[in-house]
Amino acid sequence: MSEKKLMKGNEAIGEAAITAGCRHFFGYPITPQSELPAYLSKRMPQVEGVFLQAESEVSAINMVYGAAASGVRVMTSSSSPGVSLKQEGISYLASSELPSVVCNIMRAGPGLGTIQPSQSDYFQAVKGGGHGDYHCLVLAPNSVQEIVDLVRLAFDLADHYKNPAMILIDGVLGQMMEPVDFGNYKPTFVEKPWAANGCKDRKPNAITSIHIDPKDMEQHNLRLQKKYALISEKEQRSEEWMMEDADIMVASYGMTSRIVKSAIRKAREEGIKVGLFRPITLWPFPEKKLDENINRVKEILVVELSAGQMIEDIKLVNNGRLPVSFHGRMGGMTPSVEDIYDEIKKIHDRLTVKA
Amino acid sequence: MTEDLIIAGFGGQGVMSMGQMLAYAGLSEDKNVLWMPAYGPETRGGFANCTVIVSDEEIGSPVVSHPKAVIVLNLPSLDKFEDAVVPGGVLVVNTSLVNREPKRTDIDIVHVPASDIANEIGSSRAANMVALGAFLAHKPIISIEAVKNTLKKVFAAKPQVIPLNEKALDRGAEAARVQAAV
Repeated sequence: MSEKKLMKGNEAIGEAAITAGCRHFFGYPITPQSELPAYLSKRMPQVEGVFLQAESEVSAINMVYGAAASGVRVMTSSSSPGVSLKQEGISYLASSELPSVVCNIMRAGPGLGTIQPSQSDYFQAVKGGGHGDYHCLVLAPNSVQEIVDLVRLAFDLADHYKNPAMILIDGVLGQMMEPVDFGNYKPTFVEKPWAANGCKDRKPNAITSIHIDPKDMEQHNLRLQKKYALISEKEQRSEEWMMEDADIMVASYGMTSRIVKSAIRKAREEGIKVGLFRPITLWPFPEKKLDENINRVKEILVVELSAGQMIEDIKLVNNGRLPVSFHGRMGGMTPSVEDIYDEIKKIHDRLTVKA
Repeated sequence: MTEDLIIAGFGGQGVMSMGQMLAYAGLSEDKNVLWMPAYGPETRGGFANCTVIVSDEEIGSPVVSHPKAVIVLNLPSLDKFEDAVVPGGVLVVNTSLVNREPKRTDIDIVHVPASDIANEIGSSRAANMVALGAFLAHKPIISIEAVKNTLKKVFAAKPQVIPLNEKALDRGAEAARVQAAV
């Protein structure tokens, strides 16, 4: 008998956070992520944690700021429009270097949009979203098991680098159920001598994002940039699948990468040499591995649930070397396996004619 | 081997729980499983469907446009999903609530008066399990025994509903076998 549990992606985020030692959650309901606060509203009291439904997303993210400043592991979650509301707070968390985890279970925008799945918040997640020169660590799982693994990693990385980390998934991954194994994981906690958690017998700690003198603010920025360079050096993660002999590389992340995998299987049955490159960290973007793969293949296809956002980072690394084409759906629609297969076939036929 | 199916009906017919039951049963047989609800602003009485994938391999796409099987519990679901079934696939129809014959001739069609049988054995709410029993008798992607064992676990806190659900599975399976023998 398997030890695995069948869980929704949203619930798995909640349980993974608990196993990672998170005892503070502040949120506000929005479809398609509401199962996550609903789950934690039951679970947090069982582990003597705090679940608080704030009056708005803005309140929730500022409660995250307060809790993180006191040194505890803390999380908030929302879906696209709600995550837009949190952006000011995320910029403050980044500047104040407060470890925290923010989850975005993406729905289709812009505006209030619709509750169906989307990946159209990629720019917002990896290129800032809030104001100023900052980055969140952005992790993009593609299965319920990987959600568990990456939520735990997000807490560890956030603590290690004193930086907000974001879990970026789409509505389908949040809603669907798959088996998960929580294993015998034990969280490792780091010392937080900077925390504002009572200053008996020591000097008070101040946590702020304001540095009025431009000279100080530039020094602060330079220090942040040095940290981002270090993260970029050490934390790039990606998956390569059937890439060994591939002529065509399909780049895709999150749930969409699984539709791509099915399309690749279908194309492989017909002898088409095609593989998947899947960024797992969206920031830092896995430039090193992508570069190696670009040197080996002949064409690139990018598939996203957007008008084309990650494709810009692919093109930056590609730097004009190979043709890059795009297939995307918007507004909550998802491409079928056959749609993506047809795109792969088109590229294959083109390459065959060329040869 | 990968088996995928879509289960569809109206909200309240137990479409979602029936799919979850099948996924749990697949998990108990150490298969890879995936359950995905079509989620939307739906309510009781509205449209409901879910996708279940059971496989010996790593499961790729959660989005299935042409499933190997479809179970429809009402007429709008037949209208919506009849054309989706892959040629050679299976379509299970709850004839109690569907008053037309499917048009497809290139698939296996299993007729089962699921709601009538459910009423006969005690509760219309068991129609989902009758349909599931009929499907599994026709195409045993998971054993009915595994589903029964799963029922015991899922309803551990409500053991009084277990016998009805077990009976529903058996009666559905029986209806499918009688039909196959004709």
